[in-house]
Amino acid sequence: MANNRLLVSMSPHDHGKDNVKKIMYGVVLAMMPAFLVSVYYFGLDAIRVNLIAIAACVFFEWFIQKVFFKGKPTITDGSAIVTGMLLAFNVPTNLPWWILVIGALVAIGIGKMSFGGLGNNPFNPAIVGRVFLLISWPVQMTSYPKIQVLNFAITDAETGATPLALVKEGLKNGEPFSQIIESMPTSYTDMLIGQMGGSLGEISALALIIGGLYMLIRKIITWHVPVAVLASIAIFTGILYGINPEAYADPAFHLLTGGVMLGAIFMATDMVTSPMTGKGMLIYGVGIGVITVLIRVWGAYPEGVSFAILIMNAFVPLINKATKPKRFGETIKA
Amino acid sequence: MEIVLYTLISLSSLGIILAVILFFVAQQFKVVEDPRIDEVEALLPGANCGGCGYPGCRGFADACVKADSLDGLFCPAGGNETMNAVAKALGMAAVEKEPQIAVVRCAGAPEQRAKTSIYDGPQSCAIAAALYGGDTDCPYGCLGLGDCVEACTFDAIYIDENTGLPVVSEEKCTACGACVTACPKDIIELRNKGKKSRRIYVSCVNKDKGGPAKKACNVACIGCGKCVKECPFDAITLENFLAYIDYEKCKLCRKCVEVCPTGAIIELNFPPRKPKPEKKEENADNEKAENNAAADTVIENTSEPKNE
Amino acid sequence: MLKTFPKGGVHPAENKLSKGKKIEKLNMPETVTIPISQHIGAPAVPVVNKGDIVKIGQLIAKSGGFVSANIHSSVSGKVLKIEPSMDASGYKRMSIIIKVEGEEYEPDIDLSDTLVKECSLNADEIKKRIADKGIVGLGGATFPTHVKLSVPPGKTAEHLVINAVECEPYLTADHQLMMEKPDEILVGCSIMAKAIGVNKVLIGIENNKPDAIKLFKEKAVSFNNIEIYALKVKYPQGGEKQLIKALINREVPSGGLPIDVGCVVQNVGTAFAVYEAVQKNKPLYERVVTVTGKNVKNPVNLLAKVGTPISELIELAGGLPEDTGKIVNGGPMMGKAVNNQQIPVTKGTSGILLFPNKLAKRPEVYNCIRCSRCTHVCPMNLEPHLLKNLSNKALWEELEKERVLDCIECGSCSYTCPAGIPLLDYIRLGKANLNRIIRSRK
Repeated sequence: MANNRLLVSMSPHDHGKDNVKKIMYGVVLAMMPAFLVSVYYFGLDAIRVNLIAIAACVFFEWFIQKVFFKGKPTITDGSAIVTGMLLAFNVPTNLPWWILVIGALVAIGIGKMSFGGLGNNPFNPAIVGRVFLLISWPVQMTSYPKIQVLNFAITDAETGATPLALVKEGLKNGEPFSQIIESMPTSYTDMLIGQMGGSLGEISALALIIGGLYMLIRKIITWHVPVAVLASIAIFTGILYGINPEAYADPAFHLLTGGVMLGAIFMATDMVTSPMTGKGMLIYGVGIGVITVLIRVWGAYPEGVSFAILIMNAFVPLINKATKPKRFGETIKA
Repeated sequence: MEIVLYTLISLSSLGIILAVILFFVAQQFKVVEDPRIDEVEALLPGANCGGCGYPGCRGFADACVKADSLDGLFCPAGGNETMNAVAKALGMAAVEKEPQIAVVRCAGAPEQRAKTSIYDGPQSCAIAAALYGGDTDCPYGCLGLGDCVEACTFDAIYIDENTGLPVVSEEKCTACGACVTACPKDIIELRNKGKKSRRIYVSCVNKDKGGPAKKACNVACIGCGKCVKECPFDAITLENFLAYIDYEKCKLCRKCVEVCPTGAIIELNFPPRKPKPEKKEENADNEKAENNAAADTVIENTSEPKNE
Repeated sequence: MLKTFPKGGVHPAENKLSKGKKIEKLNMPETVTIPISQHIGAPAVPVVNKGDIVKIGQLIAKSGGFVSANIHSSVSGKVLKIEPSMDASGYKRMSIIIKVEGEEYEPDIDLSDTLVKECSLNADEIKKRIADKGIVGLGGATFPTHVKLSVPPGKTAEHLVINAVECEPYLTADHQLMMEKPDEILVGCSIMAKAIGVNKVLIGIENNKPDAIKLFKEKAVSFNNIEIYALKVKYPQGGEKQLIKALINREVPSGGLPIDVGCVVQNVGTAFAVYEAVQKNKPLYERVVTVTGKNVKNPVNLLAKVGTPISELIELAGGLPEDTGKIVNGGPMMGKAVNNQQIPVTKGTSGILLFPNKLAKRPEVYNCIRCSRCTHVCPMNLEPHLLKNLSNKALWEELEKERVLDCIECGSCSYTCPAGIPLLDYIRLGKANLNRIIRSRK
């Protein structure tokens, strides 16, 4: 007590160990395996992209807060760092730095701060940034570098199409699925561990799963959203594959390629933009899964997770209203 | 070229058809209102502060038009000027009220009223008042967390940085009463503005006995009763060790201010006294108090919360 | 599988620093300040005047209505004054201040320690005795016991549930009382069962008190209608609605009372007070209080007289530690922080906690990150984040629809919130304003 004065506050006078900072840094830690894999396959570019994205996000949040908002700076709560890393994970490592910085500005400025800062945004900021970049610079955002194991020279890597793009293109041209798979240099094991082209963070399903399990153990996320997303994608594509195995890709392919793992485990589980109850989270996850498959199979883009998440983000307030928990003693009216 | 022509024609026709539809719909669903409501509303300040007791200026205008007389209807924000204009527009007798202003009846700044604990919690007077009497030894005094500032729609009250107490702006305050309702300790009161904006009031709501009151705050009212004896107009009453000056009876002679031992009685907007031993009052205002609708507003100081 | 309530709850660190410490008696204080309102309901009305001489156990304030309680003197001496005095509420409330002289008891009180098992009074006589002796719920809510034991017409009581859970961290008063006076408590339970006309008594004890569970299971054998249940350690297992759900799997309807599902819930300390009132003619003027804290030299369980300033209790526990940031009257989750050491012990004081500065400070507040942890831990299945937002926007009628009045103010939501938001502060504001509106509707 300062000058022997006692502190007076309302109960409770104890607090649990949960803390916003711990949660944010826990997410950063969970993203480390995927980050290390990206460094392994994409070299120094991976580090460059991450650093620029994180620095840009932190800077923009600090700057916007200083100029437009009152109150102490919020960059210490770690959420800007998480947004920066997630944005970095969603772009190819050969993206020019200025596009990345604009992406960070959109993600933080429009996706987060324009709504009032942390906790007030209805849409996932990293996805807002990514989708903006995808629509504005489609060429740069889809020219993925070919992987070069442990290449630490920052050279201009060759670019090539990802397995997802190849399959989408092939199926559109009428080639049977099994043929496309055989002609691809990437095997299913490659897709699992990450030996394939793609955005920085989405290549290694295994690393992402490890990160997800870490977050589950530390109780940062619950199982509802990832399981709902992955299960609904698996079931929906499974049904399609069952109907015609040559016209559609199999579930394992869909789960391991593109942004599904990253989206299901890290993007859709963002607390601010996902529903508040377990039942709501399941509905949300199923919605994301269904829309992703719809876009992937019948839409113009080979990748649908980002759009699916944004669309379902818009439904979250409705889902929250519809899945209110049953109050204690609600069944009988006194 | 064709395309431009087709576009022009189709959009224009669309526009014309929609305009016609809208015109008929507007006519069909038109709400018929007494046009005088609009007239009266135009005369009102338009602040929608709720000080009149009606929902917004439109609500008040509605009430005025529908009423038989303007008795009991007063817009504190607009004051006598506005009410005269409204009366004229409606052809009714004008209602005149003594202009009033919000008065903060606590002078317990940190130098006078020492802090004895630290409040930790949301910066809201309502919440802090539910917890305890405040971070000083006076459980009746102002908490300084600004619920009154939040409530004011005229930007007429602010918390002074140095004293931690609310300060009311003479020009901006419209006596709408929002801050009075917002204060959980009934410290703010609406009092007559007084001739030349001068007023005298007891700046304390402490109901403790003299000893504990003075111990908690140097400028507390200790209930000694000297002011009651001194007042030549019987304007001061003493209850629960707390003096209260009736602003209808007070003639601003300042005799009570001189005899108060703690300085709890405040004289506002007076010129400084001449340092003469004989007590020749400056500006002995002997104006007649006007009769008006606002009866005595003796506020009951209920600063004790209900039992939990 | 231990029984528990299914949804919500948190697990604060137990910190039962005073566990096993035998109950000590304090010396007589010099003066006592007895508030006339130590219970839910109308304050009592003083029946003594300044200058009167009183004895221990003498009635000094009479019940002020149906929902009210008598107040008896805890000391013998002279009434000094009757005036408002600071108590745990944070405001000055009317109290009777007595200067202690000697130790004279009311003659009809049985001061012996012998166990009296048989009770010859009938139900109405029991209730009258309980009312006369000023017994109120000692779990912290201080609801007048005779009112709770009066089953309203149209409802039937099937079970008497005894709350021996003591789920609040730090507090060990109930536990120690159970270890030292088990027989008396069980007799008190059967007396209360007789008063409401039930023949089934369920005693719930949290599993972190294995010695009490064992002792009571042994002693309960000789009573044919008392069952002892060990419950999972989870806060707030001691909330009456959670306790009923755990023991007999019935949910008290929203806005209702335990009697709506056939239960009457009483604290184990109240059972002991009932025994003393009915069998020993002793009014409620003293109770067991735990004084504890991380820096406290000697955490103790004390038998303190109502009206004793808490400074005396703190003295016996080794004095106020140098590093003390907060003094709490009650448990850490629901107790009230006080700003001085002169406030008196009342019937509802279950503990005095002294927090060091580091633990006294509230965590830093961030924006709500909508993690919904508060929703998951609420034992009443409410949505604290929503209640907070509605309170902030002053949408009192919406709050009513969201059942804010069901909130038992357990504090689990504020405890869990990672953003450090004081959710319960805002919920309390909402409840207070809503209650005001509801009262003005009548």
